[in-house]
Amino acid sequence: MKRIVYREWRISPARYWGILGILAAVAGMAILAFGYMEHTGHWVTGMNNSVVWGTPHVFAVFLIIAASGALNIASIGTVFHKPIYKPLGRLSGLLAVALLMGGLLVLVMDLGRPERLIVAMTHYNFSSIFAWNIFLYTGFMVIVIAYLWTMADRQGGPFNQPVGILAFVWRLALTTGTGAIFGFLVARQAYDAAILAPMFVIMSFAYGLAVFMLVLLFTFADEGRPIGPKVMRRLKNLLGVFVAGVLYFTLVYHLTNLYGAKNDGLEHWLLLSGGIYTFLFWVGWVLIGGLLPLGILYHPELSKERNWIVAACSLVILGGLATLYVIIIGSQAYPIQMFPGQTILESGFLDGVKGQPGPYSPTIPEVLLGLGGVAVALIVTVVGVRVLQFLPESLADGVVPVDEETLSEEAFAKPA
Amino acid sequence: MKDENEASDAAVDPRRRAFMGVAAGVTAAVVAPGVLLHAVAAAPRSEAVTDDVRWGLLIDTAKCVDGCSACVAACDRENGLDLQSKPEGQSPLKWDSQRAAWIRKVKLQDNQTGRVTTLPMMCQHCEHPPCVDVCPTGASFKRADGIVMVDRHLCIGCRYCMMACPYKARSFIHEEMHGQLTAVPRGKGCVESCNLCVHRRDFGEESTACVDACAAEGHHAIMFGDLKDPASPISQLLKEMPSRQIREDLSLNTGVRYSGV
Repeated sequence: MKRIVYREWRISPARYWGILGILAAVAGMAILAFGYMEHTGHWVTGMNNSVVWGTPHVFAVFLIIAASGALNIASIGTVFHKPIYKPLGRLSGLLAVALLMGGLLVLVMDLGRPERLIVAMTHYNFSSIFAWNIFLYTGFMVIVIAYLWTMADRQGGPFNQPVGILAFVWRLALTTGTGAIFGFLVARQAYDAAILAPMFVIMSFAYGLAVFMLVLLFTFADEGRPIGPKVMRRLKNLLGVFVAGVLYFTLVYHLTNLYGAKNDGLEHWLLLSGGIYTFLFWVGWVLIGGLLPLGILYHPELSKERNWIVAACSLVILGGLATLYVIIIGSQAYPIQMFPGQTILESGFLDGVKGQPGPYSPTIPEVLLGLGGVAVALIVTVVGVRVLQFLPESLADGVVPVDEETLSEEAFAKPA
Repeated sequence: MKDENEASDAAVDPRRRAFMGVAAGVTAAVVAPGVLLHAVAAAPRSEAVTDDVRWGLLIDTAKCVDGCSACVAACDRENGLDLQSKPEGQSPLKWDSQRAAWIRKVKLQDNQTGRVTTLPMMCQHCEHPPCVDVCPTGASFKRADGIVMVDRHLCIGCRYCMMACPYKARSFIHEEMHGQLTAVPRGKGCVESCNLCVHRRDFGEESTACVDACAAEGHHAIMFGDLKDPASPISQLLKEMPSRQIREDLSLNTGVRYSGV
């Protein structure tokens, strides 16, 4: 093992500014979309009084949970003492902050009254999990920035372990809080489940790692920095475990619902007759976000190829967006059961007449706003790795620290 | 010399005196009603709302007539909801899902027996309102007299209360507002819902717009009153009549009760 050297991302200025330009253009479109939606009012979006949170929330929640998940890599190195992950810690911290910024921006820009953000910062109702999240999110940023300092500065070294543990506990609290935004809602059948909080945690593990791996592979490939098979194998196996974990939680969630007769209507609708939501559940959530990446990541040949791993990560991200679309929008579209055992024949306010789901179709400004959050997260990341020493020079097998498990290489040559 | 002075001091210009009198009279006539009226108007509102009362509704679905929507029309008029207009270019179908409604008629059929019921649905004014629990800024609040409403100066338009309401009682203002009622201010990007005609409460008036309209139609399906006063007509009727809360499994202790569902 050699000393890990971190170096700025030294791609050609033309390429660097080109990447930034494209990202800035996407972010600019999002600002225009924001201005349009706020100026005219939310009637130009697909959102309505039945489906009150739409596509921006899908992107925002994805980015926020991916942020806490991206920090996992640093935590594994610091908290769980796996030296092989240590060189990846800085990028992990940077991505965590960047993704959270992107997600929060989308959330704020979708408020009916974004100019009243100051109200949200001066008036708190502590029985609201939303109010708690304001502290969890800002606290997360502060702690992760401190964590980065302990990783990068010699003087911070002694604090690395305690700050790392704090960051780890905090990120668990943060994702639990994000899951609880939905899990605490007794009003809607598809929410009102404690399992949503740990499910969001495992989802954050998977999505955060997928984003982390894509960024790592892209930045390394673009500058020709080497990544050895050891690190690759570690990361892709970890991603496989997380993706399988998401599927497991999905299974338990639906089995629980299916067991009780009162949720038969919801499950029948979501799993069989829910149209776009059924499609997104089976094809997006289960197949694209679960089974396909698992197949690639544990395939004896494909899992060794970089491009296939990139494909698996991309599938996890696409599947993740589909998952959140089903969780956030599908759960609202299913009508609230105010009168169990009765069918609604007529309603003056779209109460699910004859079981009709609430209407929603995403509009272009909503999608642009969501993509803007992604662009902002990537701008922060790209500028960060360009001007500061976030990326290790090499992750070749001979360079990365020896892990206790790699001492007997043979046993781990193939994934279990 | 001295006498002259005394004489001039004593001399009074009668025209001047008359002018002063008229001026004083006119001033009093102009200002006094304003001051008095203001004092009268301010009197009931200058006292804080107390929890000596808890306002609520009792809806007798047996008296609620299929096809009648007088309560909805009256609420729309009373609370300026009829001043909403479909934004230019919006499809009528989509607008229908986006316009605000504080009260709506719902028609149900029992899956087993086929019995059909119609009833009005609105904010149920819970004792433990989920919308108040989840509101990050405290804009969604419950008054001491049990009315659940939104402080539109604090509402940031996050819509979490709409996610949390088990009765789908809340509406988001999706469009720019033109022309408003002084008693019911409304702003784009804020959430609102039935507040039991709170402006009437604050002026000590009886009843709500929906109750009046239902009575005017001769149906008397909705009764308004103080749930805390055992002698009030609503409490007396609740004591006699079987009634229930919608979604009573949630234990929210709603202020709106239904009989016949």
